[in-house]
Amino acid sequence: MTDATLAFTQADPHNLRGMQEAVVVHEGPAPKRIVTGYGFWIFLLSDIVMFSCFFASYAVLLGKTAGGPSGAQLFDLRSVAAETACLLLSSFTCGLASIAADVRSARWYQAAMAATCVLGLTFLALEGREFASLVARGAGPTRSAFLSAFFALVGCHGMHVSAGILWLLTMMAQVFAKGFRADIMRRLLCFALFWHALDIIWVAVFSVVYLLGSAV
Amino acid sequence: MLGKLSWAAIPFDQPIPLLTGAVVLVAILAVLAWVVIAGHLPYLWREWITSVDHKRIGVMYTLLAMVMLLRGFSDAIMMRAQQALAYHSQGYLPPEHFNQIFSAHGTIMIFFVAMTFVIGLMNLVVPLQLGVRDVAFPTLNSVGFWLTATGALLINISLVVGEFARTGWLPYPPLSELTYSPGVGVDYYLWSLQISGVGTLVAGINLVTTVLKLRTRGMSYLRMPMFCWTTLASSLLIVAAFPILTATLAMLILDRYFGFHFFTNEAGGNMMMFMNLIWAWGHPEVYILVLPAFGIFSEVVATFSGKPLFGYRSMVLATMAICVISFMVWLHHFFTMGAGPDVNAIFGIASMIIAVPTGVKIYNWLFTMYGGRIRFTTPMMWSIGFMVTFILGGLTGVLVAVPPADFLLHNSLFLVAHFHNVIIGGVLFGAFAGYTYWFPKAFGFRLHEGLGKAAFWFWVVGFYVAFMPLYAVGFLGMTRRMQHYDVAEWRPWLMVAAGGAVLILIGIIFQIMQLVVSIRDRAELRDSTGDPWDGRSLEWATASPAPVFNFAIMPDVSGPDAYWAMKQHIKQQSLEGREPDYKDVEMPRNSPTGFVCAFFATIMGFALIWHIWWMVAAGGVGAFATFVAFAWRDHDEYVIPAAEVARIDRANLEARRAALSLAGNA
Repeated sequence: MTDATLAFTQADPHNLRGMQEAVVVHEGPAPKRIVTGYGFWIFLLSDIVMFSCFFASYAVLLGKTAGGPSGAQLFDLRSVAAETACLLLSSFTCGLASIAADVRSARWYQAAMAATCVLGLTFLALEGREFASLVARGAGPTRSAFLSAFFALVGCHGMHVSAGILWLLTMMAQVFAKGFRADIMRRLLCFALFWHALDIIWVAVFSVVYLLGSAV
Repeated sequence: MLGKLSWAAIPFDQPIPLLTGAVVLVAILAVLAWVVIAGHLPYLWREWITSVDHKRIGVMYTLLAMVMLLRGFSDAIMMRAQQALAYHSQGYLPPEHFNQIFSAHGTIMIFFVAMTFVIGLMNLVVPLQLGVRDVAFPTLNSVGFWLTATGALLINISLVVGEFARTGWLPYPPLSELTYSPGVGVDYYLWSLQISGVGTLVAGINLVTTVLKLRTRGMSYLRMPMFCWTTLASSLLIVAAFPILTATLAMLILDRYFGFHFFTNEAGGNMMMFMNLIWAWGHPEVYILVLPAFGIFSEVVATFSGKPLFGYRSMVLATMAICVISFMVWLHHFFTMGAGPDVNAIFGIASMIIAVPTGVKIYNWLFTMYGGRIRFTTPMMWSIGFMVTFILGGLTGVLVAVPPADFLLHNSLFLVAHFHNVIIGGVLFGAFAGYTYWFPKAFGFRLHEGLGKAAFWFWVVGFYVAFMPLYAVGFLGMTRRMQHYDVAEWRPWLMVAAGGAVLILIGIIFQIMQLVVSIRDRAELRDSTGDPWDGRSLEWATASPAPVFNFAIMPDVSGPDAYWAMKQHIKQQSLEGREPDYKDVEMPRNSPTGFVCAFFATIMGFALIWHIWWMVAAGGVGAFATFVAFAWRDHDEYVIPAAEVARIDRANLEARRAALSLAGNA
């Protein structure tokens, strides 16, 4: 039992110990790790706002197939399920990498990051195959406004995953060359946040683009 | 090899841009030659270009804004001259050139003057007001500035290589689609804003994190100076709104470069989606600009009235209310879309509601002045000029927020007069007030008062002479962006408006003279105490110019108006001569990352505009390599020893104590 849970069951039910003072007396600048993580969170929020625009445009243009194929005719949900599995698993291995970094195990860290990289690349390969088959069937992004919105949204996520893999490889190299230095640990924290955020966005892509999109 | 780029891109047949370009090029080369020959290059590189000091970056932002103001104003006076001449004639500007000029004027004034100016002032002042040594991410701050400079550079290149957009400052489709704008003008617009937009986002994230996570001991939220609050609100809006701009422009890029159908006429595209998206960014953008200006006025009015800001908490509430409501009014930019009476009514009412917190602020400033001992310095003059002018602009805004009235006034010169009324009277006057107010903090000497006041009067009178006639011609039915016209009643008004632009020009000349004269007389205008205005917040508690570490000892805050309280304390308790306990200070090391990144971004942007794909790839690889190289370095901080800190601080401390003890005895 930690202190927090004990406190919850006993006197101070809202666990407010010291909170009043914390509000009145500001202790000064936060430590670097907090500042970096916080700033990166703000960036992720802005990135999510950007995605929300592409989601909105997809919702607006969903029925605008211009006589071309609709989502129900095009989407192969089994392949999408495989993509989803890759990405969710990669989040798990990314979490393992964070734990390995916390306990300073370079071997486990590199192994978990490598697994994350392979899963990410598999995801990208599946997505690339899906895009290629759509284009081959004459359902490329120039066919209709619906397909433009589809390719832009899913492609934007794919670009983020690609950038994430570049970042991942850089972080593997950095830890290999310099070890778990404090600034590298802060970057690892940001990378993990980024990778998990991509997962959250994919959950929305899966539900809105593929599931709801298949209904039209 | 060079994509669409060829000699045909240079406008040899158009003397105006060619001549301007040549003059600017010669001026730049002359300055560069002087810098190199006089041996200033190492100093510039070491102390400014690679600087990650928030004060230096703030100064560079402000300087960029002022240079771009000259460019934007040249466009403005050319338009006023054209409309004064073009009655029953073609004037002196051909239509395709006139269209580029009004597009460039709007784009430059919003993104590279107003935005750049307020971000510069926020950068310069906010860490000082919070009592800390730098922003949260100093190197990223430098990257943000240089990317903004890249955007400005690309727009100026479009003057002589190719063309600029002819679509207005917001490129409405389908006009901005490839079918109707096949040239590179819209591409210049898109890439320069995408690149500078990244810079703005970085600045926003940096400032949000700085205000929320880096404040000195005791500086709780409700003890922050008002400018920090408005910076927070404005930066939150940047974080929430600029990604919308990025996404919208990305969609237009996909349409233009890859034949997507987001906004096209055919294949199911929806051009009204562009209007909705762009204004979902565009309306918050108005408040991104004006909220920091509100903060500047709050500081200036309180300081020069010798009183704490009236209604501080209501001011905080009003600021945050504006921050939220600004996201709920975007549709009032296109009531004429025909969304129906219920939708229009809701957005009309929301637009009127947002005037309420703004009104609260005006009353707070008035009550701050009431009963105070007002000193009519230049910043105070700008503030009073603002209050009068902004109320007028706000009222015409409430008028166009009424949908039936808007149907008549939509896209007329009445609208043009309205938004110039709020942006010049609000943002620009605020920027000028802040520039005069904080100039001594940046450089250690004040600006010349007499010339500043002369500039103020020419600006204010010039503004009214230039824009009140536009309200009138708007009522007479004149639409915006007309290259020529045949209506006799409009002409006298447009002649007067052109005269107003000349008055503003004189105001700008006075501002340039003020800067030159102040630099010449800097010994007399020297501010040795660091507190030239008898200020109230922490930026005045350190030397002018502030040392690189801002504060030798991190201040300990025990109430609002922190520095004012410290001064009262010292006056009452006679001066204690105790030497502070100096410690070593760690500061971030300078880094060329920002400059090198911007160099590659410029190459990439230019290559994307002209479809030079190998160059795009080269620029991308270069930018990525820069980041990795930055991430690879081993020492990102250096230490200033305590003795050095003490040496720098002592000189200022003596002057400050002398001034305070004089005041205490009086």
